[in-house]
Amino acid sequence: MASVCFYFHVHQPRRVKKYRHFAIGEDSTYFNDESGTSLDNKAIIEKVARKCYIPATSLLLDLLHKHKEFRVSFSFTGILLEQLEEYSPESLEIFQKVMKTGRAEIIAETYYHSLAFLYNKEEFKSQVEMHAKKIYKLFHVKPTVFRNTELIYNDELAAYVEKMGYKGILAEGADHILGWRSPNFLYKAHGTKNLKLLLKNYRLSDDIAFRFGERSWKEWPLTAPKFAQWANAINGNGNVINLFMDYETLGEHQWEDTGIFDFLRELPSELLKHPDNDFVTPSEAIKRYDVAAELSIPNYISWADVERDLSAWLSNPMQHDASNNLYSIYETVMKSKDPAVIENWRRMTTSDHFYYMCTKWFADGDVHKYFNPYDTPYDAFRYFMNALTDLRIRIETPKPEKQHKKRAGKKSSLPV
Amino acid sequence: MKVLMFGWEFPPHNSGGLGVACQGLSRALSENGTEIIFVLPKEVTTNEHFKFVFANNVFLDVRTVQSLLTPYATSEQYGSMIQKMQGNIYGASLFEEVMRYAMRAKDIAQKEEFDVIHAHDWLSFPAGVEAKRVSGKPLIVHVHATEFDRGGGNVNEQVYQVEKEGMEKADKVITVSEFTKQLVMEHYGIPESKISVVHNGINPVDYPGRDQDDFGLMKLKQAGYRIVLFLGRLTLQKGPDYFVKAAKKVLEYQPKTMFVIVGSGDMEGKTMQMASELGIAGNMLFVGFMRDEQRSKIYHTADAYVMPSVSEPFGITALESLLHGTPVIMSKQSGASEVVLHALKTNFWDTDEMADQILSVLEYPVMKTEMGKNGEKEAMNCSWDKAAKKLQTVYKSVT
Repeated sequence: MASVCFYFHVHQPRRVKKYRHFAIGEDSTYFNDESGTSLDNKAIIEKVARKCYIPATSLLLDLLHKHKEFRVSFSFTGILLEQLEEYSPESLEIFQKVMKTGRAEIIAETYYHSLAFLYNKEEFKSQVEMHAKKIYKLFHVKPTVFRNTELIYNDELAAYVEKMGYKGILAEGADHILGWRSPNFLYKAHGTKNLKLLLKNYRLSDDIAFRFGERSWKEWPLTAPKFAQWANAINGNGNVINLFMDYETLGEHQWEDTGIFDFLRELPSELLKHPDNDFVTPSEAIKRYDVAAELSIPNYISWADVERDLSAWLSNPMQHDASNNLYSIYETVMKSKDPAVIENWRRMTTSDHFYYMCTKWFADGDVHKYFNPYDTPYDAFRYFMNALTDLRIRIETPKPEKQHKKRAGKKSSLPV
Repeated sequence: MKVLMFGWEFPPHNSGGLGVACQGLSRALSENGTEIIFVLPKEVTTNEHFKFVFANNVFLDVRTVQSLLTPYATSEQYGSMIQKMQGNIYGASLFEEVMRYAMRAKDIAQKEEFDVIHAHDWLSFPAGVEAKRVSGKPLIVHVHATEFDRGGGNVNEQVYQVEKEGMEKADKVITVSEFTKQLVMEHYGIPESKISVVHNGINPVDYPGRDQDDFGLMKLKQAGYRIVLFLGRLTLQKGPDYFVKAAKKVLEYQPKTMFVIVGSGDMEGKTMQMASELGIAGNMLFVGFMRDEQRSKIYHTADAYVMPSVSEPFGITALESLLHGTPVIMSKQSGASEVVLHALKTNFWDTDEMADQILSVLEYPVMKTEMGKNGEKEAMNCSWDKAAKKLQTVYKSVT
């Protein structure tokens, strides 16, 4: 048997606007750029909804109706879902329809797509719980399989997540971890009782996510029959083919004119031509397949960049400085009991902010530059730090009651 | 390949970036096997030619022509210079001198053997055109600046015509940036296909003292001041007035900042007056024109370098600052902004943004260090060797 496990990561951060020094102490809104440019969160959601969320999800819905064997899974971040509620309810409705088929699954993660596990376990747990709550509210399901932000993973995380009650976890099938072993089996996470590890088949995943539209690639154009052939080759020496990717691959990273939608439309029937192929969600895979071995991953891995480590978010001193500063005020933020302060702080924990500060442009450069809404990593850093300074001032100098009201009144007229 | 090059005096006898560029390019070209007959104007000269030896035993065959031409000469400057001369051979006006220089150049072109002519900036364009006329060899004109950069809105029609004719009669036009290429297309009507961009480079060995501190500025830093630097001619083109406006805004938030202005020029008085009127003269240090070693120390000691140029064909000072590990804030109206990623960039008129960028560098030491460190690496990569190799392909395309 070879079971194809499609898993799409659906996320958009709330990008910090061009928050200048002069605004510190004056302006307590950080994410409300309305310029229509790369920092305008509303405009971005609307664009991605138009190019990806609506057409891609409609297509998946068709495929689910057409093929009873078809399965799909998602991880929606909380910060994306709240933006969909605000800016693109239509997208949310289609996602809800997909979930109603009963053949789609949602994966658990942190609400804010944060690096909290690295800095503060208590906050990590809170954000995972917040996420579960949000998922239940919108989709009436309870995730049983976990994935951490950007597939950041190690043994410690696995053990922690198992204690939280999860049955499985996703990670990158990084070469330096697997060695001769195959990502097409399930593994038992080291240091856990029975937490099953699903590893991304990064070759086949990246063939779709990164190389699909690349005309210089020797396999271009990638057709559904060709891809099905590659998948069939795994039949007999693997159980699952984990195709994990950003959902924006469909229509946003790979534009419609690359033929990505046509490819996806044909793919299930091509794969199903082989009688031993089918589709699974992560929890189905866990139920159906035994582990092949135990896998120990003491050091952090992730699915980012060629290094497959933490360096996309935490490699230069600015990134470390910004995160350390952010998590250093955790206690005071929580003690403030001010919901707006806590929410702003949490929105700043989103990993994307640190990704934008990355300076290792020249190796993996193009990807970082493509995904960076700021002109330079330095801009990403300074606007973030300015906003954080303002947040700090808000906690340290509580406003008198009267001004509080005034500010609250002013805020309600602005999108938060 | 042998090139007849009309260039300008090398450091340390130069003023400004043109001599540095001529030196960097001809040295790298020689190292890459291109022979050069280098012709330059010199006020005091012997008529014999000499071999200029670069440190690594590469020769440059130098011919000088007795002339009062200097890079960046204006008609007014030339006028006052010629008045001091008695019974001289020079032209009565800058334009007569440019044409006289061209005639002498023609004599050299008639005597020498070469494959291609390469003229740097408008003062030597007529020389290049004459050399082409008598030799029939292809002409390349190299635009380091145009009248639209220098004039700051006041375009001298005569200069413009000389530039335009040079570019039109040339077989290829080299610009030092995309920025200048656009300007050449727009204002001089030169077709895009005739223009090649060759970015300037920088040579770290020309800055031997780049890890030394300036004593006076160090004292200020020890007293708790942060140093923000402007370095360039004080002319409309370089935007010192925008620097002063940004300084005013920075000082509202960071009173312990000292703004150091290195350079002289016709806007010096106006810039000082402006600082006084804004009440920030106490935080502005005008230190005048400085040479190599002293400049190096100031670059190195400063916390940030600002290049607010209104129109900057390249802007070698941005690379110089980075080579000293000092972060750069520069106007988007510059060629250097095309080659440097690790810097903050703004429109020259947006002094609020400029002030905010300065404040960021001053407030966040970790960012300052990162920008300096990464920028230094980047500047090290801007080699004249790259520029020379690109030039060689241009030479090949016309011969």
